[in-house]
This record gives sequence, C-alpha cells and structure tokens, in this order.
Amino acid sequence: MSAFSAIGEETEEDQNEFTPGLEPQPTWCPGCGDFGVLKALKGAAAELGLSPEEMMVTTGIGCSGKLNSYFNSYGFHTIHGRSLPIARAAKLANPGLTVVAAGGDGDGYGIGGNHFMHTARENHDITYIVFNNEIFGLTKGQTSPTSPMGHKSKTQPHGSAKTPLRPLSMSLNAGASYVARTAAVNPNQAKDIIVEAIQHDGFSHVDFLTQCPTWNKDARQYVPYIDINESEDYEFDKTNRSEASEMMFETENALHEGTVLTGRYYVDSDRPSYQQEKKRIGEMPEEPLAERYFDDSYEWERSFDNFLDKHK
Amino acid sequence: MTDHELIWRIAGGSGDGIASTSQNFAKALMRAGLHVFTHRHYPSRIRGGHTYTEVRVSADPVKSRGDGYNFLLALGDSFARNPSEGAYYGNEEIKPLSENLDELVEGGVIVYDSGLLDPSEIEDFDERVEENNWHVYDIDLRTIAREHGREVMRNTAGVAVTCAIADIEPDVIKSLMSDAMPDKILEPNLTVFDDAYEMVQEEFDVEAPDIQAPTGEHDEEQVLISGSDAIAYGAIDEGCRFIAGYPMTPWTEVFTIMTQNLPELGGISEQVEDEIAAAALAIGASHAGAKAMSGSSGGGFSLMSEPLGLAEITETPLVLVEAMRAGPSTGMPTKPEQSDLEHVLYTSQGDSHRVVFAPGTAAEAYYQTRKAFKLAYEYQIPSIVLYDQKLGGELSNVPASVFDEEPNADLGSVLTEAELEEAPHDDSGKYQRFQHDTEHGVSPRSLPGQKGGRYLATGNEHMPAGHISESPENRVAQMNRRMQKVDTIRAELNDDDEFNTVHGDEDADLGLITFGSQQGTVEEAADVLNEKGHSVKVLGVSEMMPFPKQQVTDFLDSVDEALVVEMTASAQFRGLIQKELGGYGDKMSSLLKYNGNPFEPLDIVEGFETALLEGEELPDNRTKFVPKVGE
Repeated sequence: MSAFSAIGEETEEDQNEFTPGLEPQPTWCPGCGDFGVLKALKGAAAELGLSPEEMMVTTGIGCSGKLNSYFNSYGFHTIHGRSLPIARAAKLANPGLTVVAAGGDGDGYGIGGNHFMHTARENHDITYIVFNNEIFGLTKGQTSPTSPMGHKSKTQPHGSAKTPLRPLSMSLNAGASYVARTAAVNPNQAKDIIVEAIQHDGFSHVDFLTQCPTWNKDARQYVPYIDINESEDYEFDKTNRSEASEMMFETENALHEGTVLTGRYYVDSDRPSYQQEKKRIGEMPEEPLAERYFDDSYEWERSFDNFLDKHK
Repeated sequence: MTDHELIWRIAGGSGDGIASTSQNFAKALMRAGLHVFTHRHYPSRIRGGHTYTEVRVSADPVKSRGDGYNFLLALGDSFARNPSEGAYYGNEEIKPLSENLDELVEGGVIVYDSGLLDPSEIEDFDERVEENNWHVYDIDLRTIAREHGREVMRNTAGVAVTCAIADIEPDVIKSLMSDAMPDKILEPNLTVFDDAYEMVQEEFDVEAPDIQAPTGEHDEEQVLISGSDAIAYGAIDEGCRFIAGYPMTPWTEVFTIMTQNLPELGGISEQVEDEIAAAALAIGASHAGAKAMSGSSGGGFSLMSEPLGLAEITETPLVLVEAMRAGPSTGMPTKPEQSDLEHVLYTSQGDSHRVVFAPGTAAEAYYQTRKAFKLAYEYQIPSIVLYDQKLGGELSNVPASVFDEEPNADLGSVLTEAELEEAPHDDSGKYQRFQHDTEHGVSPRSLPGQKGGRYLATGNEHMPAGHISESPENRVAQMNRRMQKVDTIRAELNDDDEFNTVHGDEDADLGLITFGSQQGTVEEAADVLNEKGHSVKVLGVSEMMPFPKQQVTDFLDSVDEALVVEMTASAQFRGLIQKELGGYGDKMSSLLKYNGNPFEPLDIVEGFETALLEGEELPDNRTKFVPKVGE
C-alpha cells in the first residue's frame, strides 16, 4: 500500500479545489498577468483530474514566486532561480508526483539560466512555467533579460544596450521536448497548453507572457495575439525541429515589433524522459524511492555486508 | 618513528601508478598482521609532477604519518615535462629522488631506478649519502620490468626489491597481487617480482638487512579504509540513497564512492550543472522523502551557501560534507588545510543553526556521518561533516567490527498519513507544519503526495501553515523554536556520545587542543613529549557546532596552559574556542601550519617546546607560532 495515497486518487473536476479556503488572497496588482497563470493552472489541474496533494509546485523569487501561496497544493517557494533543481529532485525521489516549477523571466532566464539549460537538456519530466513580463516587477521595475533593447529603467537610465534573450530558441537548443508560448490575455489557450505540458512526458517549457501594468507601462498588453497553430498565415510543423526553430526566431523578433505570436512551437513525443533514460541504464529504481522508507519489510543494505570485503 | 617501524616512501610521477601500488603494499602488510597508515602527496596536475605515498608500518597501532621516513623507493617521473634546470618547475624527472632526501632519516635506505634516474644530477648527492649513512641501491628496475612485461611493472620490481632488502616474506605481497590483478597481467608481474627479488638476493648482501620490517598480529579482523570510504559507508548505513554533486578535489572521492555503489542499492546519484544545483537537489529529494546528501570542497561549498540557509529556514533535513583544501579561491587543490572552518560554521545569511562535525579518524568519520544523518532527519536541520584532503585520502587499518552495525533508514520526524489525520490543520485544510510550541523545537513534517499533509515550504519567514508572515510575534516564536533545536542537540550529544577525545594523563599540567584530522598526529606528539618527561594531554574536538562548551572549559581549567594546533593561518579554531567560551585567550597559544603539508609529530613537539617551555625559536617557517593574548 502506498504511503502517498493522494497520488492517483480519484477526484472530481473542480478547480475550486485548488483555491485555498482561507487567506492568503493574491496580492498582485490589479490587471497583473499573473492572475492569468494562476487561473490557467487551476483549470488545467482540474481538467486533468489531479488532486491538490499529488501536486508539488515549486517557485522562485519575484511576483511569480507567490504562485504557490495562492494555489492549493504542496508548495515549495525556494530561492531566486532555484525552483528547477528542487523540482527535479522531488520528481526523481517520488515520480508519482505531478511537479510544476514556476518563476519569472529574471528567475528562469537570468539567475537560474544554468539550471534552465540543464533541466531542458536532461529532459526531466516536469513542467516549467516562466512568467515573462520583460521586467523585474517585485523589485520595482528594473530591466530584465527579456526587456527589449533600449528599455529604460532606473538601473538602465540610458536604455538597455543589450539585445533581449530568446527564450523559445534557447529552450529548443538546450533540449526541451515541449516548448510553447501563451499569454495571460488568452485564458483558454493558456489552460490547454498547461494541460498538454503537464501531460507531456519530458521537460515542458511554457513561456507565459504576463503583462505588468505597474512597472512596464510602455509594454504591450500582449493583445491582439495570434495563435500560430490556428492562423492560416503561419505554416509549420511543430514536430520538426528546424521548422520549429524558424518559427521561434520569427516569433521572438515579432514581439518587439508589436506582433504577439503564441502557441505550441515544438513537441517531441518520442524522446524518452530523463527518468526513463535513467531507469534504462539501471541508475534509477523501478519503485519510487520515497515509498521505500515506509516499507517495513524492506531489508536495508549495509556496508558491512556489501563493501567491506574489498578492503580486507 | 621508532626503530621498529618501516616508513616506506614510494615516489614517482603523477600517473605512474604510485597510489595503487602503495595501496596494495599497505593492504598486504595489514593482512600480515601489521598496523599501517598512509600519507599521500600529489600535485594538481593531469599527468606528470612529483608524487609520493608514504606507508608507515608498525607492530603497534599508528594514527599519523611519522617523522621523516626510512625507506625510499624512487621510480622517476616518466611523464616529466621539462628536464632543463631553468624551467619554472625545475628538472622534474629527477624529483622523485632529489625532492625526498631532506626527510630521509639517518641510516635510511634509497632504492632508485637507475634506468631512469641519474643521481649525478643532484648536487652533493654522494656527500649527503655518506654524511647520513644512507644505504643506496641503484637498480635498473625499468630493464627488469621490460624483460618480462611492460615498463609500468617497474613498480612491482620496486616492491620486490623492498621485500628483499627489508626482509618481507614475498608471499605476503604475491598473494595480494593474485587477488588484486587480473590474470592477464598477473603472470608477468609475478615473474618481474621474482626476478627483481632474486637479483637483489644475488647481487647485494642482504643477510643483515639495513631495515627490518616489523612483524605482528591483530586481535581482530582489520580493513584498510580511507576517511572518504568511511563517510560514504556511514551515509549508506543511514539509508542515504540520493546524492547530488559536482566534481571537485578532494570531495570527488566521496561522490565517486557513493555514485558507484548507489545503483546496486536502488539509489540515485545525480551529477549536476553546479554546486548550487547539487545542494538544491539534495534539499528537493529530502523534502520529498528520501535520505539525501551533497557535498563539495571550499569553492563549491561557497556556492551552496544560499541553499544551506534555505534548508535551515524550511527545516529540510540536509547532510553536506565539506572536504577542505588550501584556500583562498582555487588555492592548492590537492593540499590539506583546515581553513574552511569559519566558512562552514557561519556561511549563508542570517543566524546559522546547523550541526558541524569534524572527525579525527576514519572510524570517527563513519560514526559521525551516521550521527549527522540522525540529527539532520530528527531535528530537520543541516548537518555538515567537515574533513580535508588528509583524512579523506589517507588509508589506515580499522577493525572491521566498526562497521558491524545495524542500518538505520528512519526518516526521523515525519508523520504518516494516519498520524496526519490527528494532526492540527488550518481552516482551509492545510497541515500546520511549523507549529510554534513543540517538544524540543521539532515540528514534524509531512511529505508531498501524502493525504492531509499539504503545506507551503518557503524561504520567507512563515506562519504555522507555511504562509509568509512578517508578524513580530510569529517571527520570534519561529526563530526561538528553530534555534532551540541546537540546544537540544547539544544536550543529546552531552548525554549520548563521545565524539571529542581526550588522550593522555588526566592530571597532566599542559594541554594540546586540536580539531578534525590533526588529532592522531597531535596525540603521537603528546606521547613523545610525555616520554621526554613532560606532562601533556590532548583534547581532540569533533563537535564544532553546537560547541561542547563544558568539556572544553573543563579541559582548559584543568591545565596551566594549552597550545592549539590547527592547519589555518589565522587561528580560526582558537578564535572559535574564545568566542564560545568568552575568554581563555590568556591561556592558549597557537601552532599553525599552512604550507600545504599536514603536521608531523615532530612539528608539534618543537612547537610545544617553543611555546610552552620557552624553548628555542621554531627551526624554520614550516609552522608558525602565535602567542597568548597579551603577549
């Protein structure tokens, strides 16, 4: 019998399950795109029939880091940029958990960029939502890795001399097997994409455009948006790596010219997840490691029996 | 060093197989009933560079390298880069012979490979040989090796020559070779061995050996173990089945041992992108219900500072090991030092509350690693095992019975789902994971996936259900509860364990105090001093945090004066004692060593005589004396 009975539990589809019954209520500014992520994640979790206690949501630091304060599940609000390594390890220790990591563009593409790159490369079976508002919001409006060139802020008074980072292209090149972009102003698409991302067996990266009405007043509200998978103006095959790459490049350029493109950019359903690869080479147990500590019949190995002979 | 010891130094180039040859030699003599202790000296180089391993062999227990040594086997550096005298690193080929003469005792033996080395390149070689009454054997080991096998087998030829000269029964070595070597190379190696052995018998007069290896017998079965082995085995026996790390000398040894063994135990090892990730993965795995660890050496541990604080405030059990090497920065990667002490005690923002153990021997490394896990998981606190390149790499014989203990995979203060049903929840159904008033400060945790256990873990200060809170009352209650755990652990250590060791006569007038890996050497120095008629005892401290205030106070009160011995340049350990005890600066002087080599017993004997007996100045700059406060 599992020591973790919330995993795989039958539940009714009710997104209110994921709303805490008490405070805290969200403290995001009125009109903030972060509300859109929260709503989409609740809707996706309910649609997938997940129970709050089989989900673990890890976050970094920033406005986005508050996501798991307002989402009713197990949560780990970590430190700046480190939501991914903590999420990875929890999934390795107990693969039955549904693990979602989230953070802002500074958190994921700046300070945590190394973890982003390697988690994508290794194709861990987790979902990563990046709240991309092209700004540092919680610290009051500094230029971020995705801020457009020329963006003025208190820390870049003459306008940024740096070209913005290309999150989708970087994700694809690093090795993510599911890459999508959605926007807070597009709630149905956002929910559907998060459902797919959670279902996807491997690393799913969702670049989530979240408008910041307080600190990024000059920036777009990300409307109108175009769904590249639906629009007849864009023809490409999201399972084809080079076509996906071109589409991403075009999308990243278009954003700074005022056109908001969203949708699924790359989906590789054939590539085994890291967990599967690790099992294949014999370096990950078949049964969840976390269960073993509750198994009274398990005979724990010890060094005296296993390793001392070679020292004699 | 006594007259009845063999201290054998095998010297060559990095990559010449010095480490494996010396390990086999040590194990063979251990099997023959002797006590052994090794000391490694190696450069931070890929190939080439002078390296040696010393194997101290005695009929009686040994717990340190000796003073000097009496048998040199100089093989020559086959990867030497630059033979010219003006090169930055000098003529490297000759170094295995030239660099090792200063510490060779009078009457010692030199065997060198005349196939590679020419002593005429060493200034005054013949004069020094005569002056010190060294016995020199020039033997073309390379040719012997080439005749029956490959050049690399000159190590075997050198060991055979050692046996012939020091009167070691050949079967002692040959039976170990049969166990250790695959069939393909065993036969030629045995032939090389016999050839070299017979050649010495025929060509040299070895009837009256210059050095007689001791003979002995053990009371019980022994194993040849390094500190790194002992730490890894301690972790495994506590049910640790998850490790994350990034390579860095010398911590890599523990990481490698764990990584090679975990798959067959159904465990998981992750080599990750950096040490921030490594520590964060250990936290994530522990949070989800696995017993987990990570570790590094100084530079990598610096990167772990922020995750370490996260483990403290989220009360996530975490075991880290820190293998110190000479700093700052990259420093001297393969050389031991103890100067990360303050770093490990206090790094990460906020008031640190953690457990830090610094074991003094391989057996202590095993016990203290196990205790580190027990405390981490019971008290939901980071535990750190602090050691160094010396303890990690040196091999010694330890009774096999040390490891004959039951495994313990207990997760500590974790609730089951049945227990969670009875536990307090807030009105929205969140488990009150961080309750204010709990016994000993511990509030039991739940694990993700458990029904009825959901809560928020956060690096922000938080209320009982985990949500962020800046209320002054809550802040004080949570801080007090977390800090209280350290006091409870102190009380538990006082009651249960004897990790700190006292050596010597209880009524001695003078004291030596040390911590961690220098313990055995300091104890040997005290034995020498007591034989010389002084009255000295030693306190070896392993519990660095929470600090054993009472025990150290009692020790200091019982002596007239004490010398604190440590491998730092700024007397960090003495500073810790003064901070923790609020005084005693006028009773303690320091002997420091930070030249890259661990203390030898004689360093301490000389330092002690300078410091406490108003002896002569220290003979050279190998060590540094810092007087008491006010002097």
